Amino acid sequence: MEFEMDTYKSEIKPTWCPGCGDFAVLRSLQTAVHALQLEPWNVVIVSGIGCSSNLPHFLSTYGFHSIHGRAVPIAEGIKLANPELNVLVTGGDGDGYGIGVGHFIHAMRRNFDITYLVMNNQIYGLTTGQASPTSEMGMKTKSTPIEGVIENPIDPISLALASGATYVARCFSGDVKTMAELVKGGIQHKGFALIDCLSPCVTYNKINTYDFFRERVYDLAKEGHDPSDMKAAFARAIEWPATQRDRIPLGLFYRNPKVPTYEDLEIAFRKGPPVKQPLGVENPDELMAEFL
Amino acid sequence: MFKGEFPTPEDRMGGISMAKNDLALRVGGAAGDGVSSTAESFAKISARSGLHTWTYSSYQSVIRGGHVWTQVRGGLEPLLSHGGDPDVVLCLNQQTMDVHQADVLEGGAIIYDVDGVKPDSTKVRKGVRLLGIPLRKKAQTLSPNALMRNTVALGAAVHLFDMDFRHVESAFKDIWGDKKPEIAEQNLKAAQLGAEAVKAMGGSLQLGLKYSNEPKYLMTGNEAISLGALAAGVKFLAQYPMTPASSILHWMAVHGPKYGVVVKQVEDELAAMNMTVGAGFAGVRAMTATSGGGFSLMVEAIGQAGMTETPLVAILVQRSGPSTGLPTKTEQGDLNLALGAGQGDWPRAILAPRNPEECFRLTAQAFNLAEIYQTPIIVMSDLYLGEGFRTVEKFDFNVPIVRGMMATDGGVGNAKEYKRYQITDSGVSPRALPGTKGFQHVAATDEHMESSELISDVLSGLPEFVEERRKMHEKRMRKLEGLRKDTPPPEMWGSKNADLTLIVWGSTWGAAHEAIREVEAQDGVKVNSLEFPTIFPFHADATQKLLRGVKQSLAVEGNYTGQFSRLLRAETGYKPDHFYGRYDGEPFASRDIADKILEVVA
Ligand SMILES: Cc1ncc(C[n+]2csc(CCOP(=O)(O)OP(=O)(O)O)c2C)c(N)n1
Ligand code: SF4
Ligand SMILES: [Mg+2]
Repeated sequence: MEFEMDTYKSEIKPTWCPGCGDFAVLRSLQTAVHALQLEPWNVVIVSGIGCSSNLPHFLSTYGFHSIHGRAVPIAEGIKLANPELNVLVTGGDGDGYGIGVGHFIHAMRRNFDITYLVMNNQIYGLTTGQASPTSEMGMKTKSTPIEGVIENPIDPISLALASGATYVARCFSGDVKTMAELVKGGIQHKGFALIDCLSPCVTYNKINTYDFFRERVYDLAKEGHDPSDMKAAFARAIEWPATQRDRIPLGLFYRNPKVPTYEDLEIAFRKGPPVKQPLGVENPDELMAEFL
Repeated sequence: MFKGEFPTPEDRMGGISMAKNDLALRVGGAAGDGVSSTAESFAKISARSGLHTWTYSSYQSVIRGGHVWTQVRGGLEPLLSHGGDPDVVLCLNQQTMDVHQADVLEGGAIIYDVDGVKPDSTKVRKGVRLLGIPLRKKAQTLSPNALMRNTVALGAAVHLFDMDFRHVESAFKDIWGDKKPEIAEQNLKAAQLGAEAVKAMGGSLQLGLKYSNEPKYLMTGNEAISLGALAAGVKFLAQYPMTPASSILHWMAVHGPKYGVVVKQVEDELAAMNMTVGAGFAGVRAMTATSGGGFSLMVEAIGQAGMTETPLVAILVQRSGPSTGLPTKTEQGDLNLALGAGQGDWPRAILAPRNPEECFRLTAQAFNLAEIYQTPIIVMSDLYLGEGFRTVEKFDFNVPIVRGMMATDGGVGNAKEYKRYQITDSGVSPRALPGTKGFQHVAATDEHMESSELISDVLSGLPEFVEERRKMHEKRMRKLEGLRKDTPPPEMWGSKNADLTLIVWGSTWGAAHEAIREVEAQDGVKVNSLEFPTIFPFHADATQKLLRGVKQSLAVEGNYTGQFSRLLRAETGYKPDHFYGRYDGEPFASRDIADKILEVVA
């Protein structure tokens, strides 16, 4: 193998709290790009703002650590300028399902060839523990101290299925090996891949802990789920959190490799990647003639 | 007198014939009546007749109904505004008659449909011909299409001005082209019916204009911006529709792909700006365009580009604010917004073209500045300039293309030592594009060290990093020095030793010049104007030099608070003696500026 595992690591040590679920996501991502032997200079990891969004600094690829909620459109811009790059987005639940949810939906319906890892800890970590769009009903947080959350949590899996994502998976920081496999599958998939990573915040979320998940998760593949069946995927998706909280499905909900990607349909790409095109106008007279 | 620019009725009506140098047609009706297409056809005919041409459309945000009108002015000499009262008004409904009949110049004419529209002869000026023509009935002899009556009226106007009918033919060919030759043919017949009607009713106005019939280029400021961007090699445009910036998206959507430009309508202006940042980071020349409302949504993201040192060009075509304001009306009220966009200090340049030529040149230059200084450049225009048609000289597409310092250019250390945010004297650090082997880095919106490692989270506050932060911030802000040198300086236009100096920026330029010519010719006062193609970084030294000779000044701005005047004062300590602000949605008229000048110097 050309690239060692360490090649993908940067010199910067993660600043996360010991035990933070995000370590597992970092490890899985590193494992996946290593397994695929991606050239680090052809990978761009885009993030927003949050504990989880610090991730790009810890790898040796290109990165863009953008503003809160806008990682997805930054990634889309990068992809549209240079479709030859491997573009990934990493960030938190607040970043992607809260402030950035509009961009998230539109990126999925466009089916960009982008892989999106959301470190879903059901809390705002970096801002020290307020409710997030995936916090459970009733959960007491700094911003919901009296009666707890009174809003329904967003279900990213159903949202992704409904919005046109063509690779939809959920994984858990307690199982790096499976997570790495799902991430690898997402990167290989041509089209938009959403990977919702249940990634416990050990500091601010005392409800959705490693143990909470260990007691509840089950593997979709082992129960014979067929990821090409969208109806079945919806049925599994609404199991949690929409209808109950005792069994949480993990694994690949849905995959459809046949849908054309946004990049496939973009007319400007017929000339090749925009970043490689010559600048300027060769025949300005032709352009000006239109105004005569 | 400045020759023929401002013909008085006497010039034309009196026994001594004075050659007239310009003409103006005003077309009015309800939205949906085809006002703008009729006026656009006439503008084309005017430009092809060899006239310098200038249009202004007054419209509202409705698709049907309301009252809309467009004025097309043509001149043998270069024009500076859409002019004042028209020679001919073409009324497509009664309201147009009611609103505009009194404006028609003596010796002019009003064209209207006798079946349905009535003039009030007590309201019109002396010698104005009331040309009631059965427009609809004549049109119906050729086609059931209701809009054809406009063509009959257009033909009448063309004949009133003695213009060559071959330009009518060619204009229709452009519209219906080879695809529907029979429709072009039908319209030509309709136009001829209009011309014949005028012949039978006393013939042309006999203005005596000598048309060169050498066609001129006719375009809007927005089209000129789009062409400037293409000339500079733009490869990416993301935009969300908003009047009056939408026509940039429309034009680029048609033409961009041929030049390898990705053109996208996206979900909102936050996405538009962020995608543009992403594209700029990935190495293409990228831009977005919007009006004030959309720009307000872009401010966090444009500051991000300042912090991550990502090149991009943002076009801000202003309309009347605040809030949704008057969506179809002009204003220069977004200067504070552009100056203050984004939290904290970050280096930016703001360019304000005065006319389509500058729209082209400054937009092209903006892409160089953006890449040389790795920071956003804002080009500010407004509805009056962006949507009005003007004739222009042929653009020179041979614009310089300078892409700025790249890490791979050599002499900047090897990849291992590469520091994306290396501290330099110019403030510019060598850039590396994703895909370049060995120069991997993370663009960071948090404060960072030269290597791009963050100092925001765990290191800030430590003495060493207090210093790091200071150095990094100063590095970025040093770019302003270079930007100041590389942007066009202020200009003083007109007489030396003037009694009064106008202070203007952006599209107000034309009406200001016209007003100056008018008062200098008619009232013997000497006036000049101080103009600012670059708003920021402010050219304080150059401005101060120019201000030294100023006896008295009048700032003319399309806003209430004098946003530019305040900037001028903040940067130079100079306070304009007088202020003339316009914020009723209409563009400055030269006559109003002239009156203000006379009031001030009296
Ligand atoms: C526009 C804006 N609003 C608010 C913030 C403050 N902020 C930073 S991170 C964050 C939430 C982070 O939550 P999440 O995305 O779930 O990431 P986590 O820290 O949990 O990984 C907020 C509100 C900001 N940086 N920018
Ligand atoms: S606060 Fe929570 S999310 Fe943030 S690093 Fe600590 S454990 Fe992780
Ligand atoms: Mg979170």
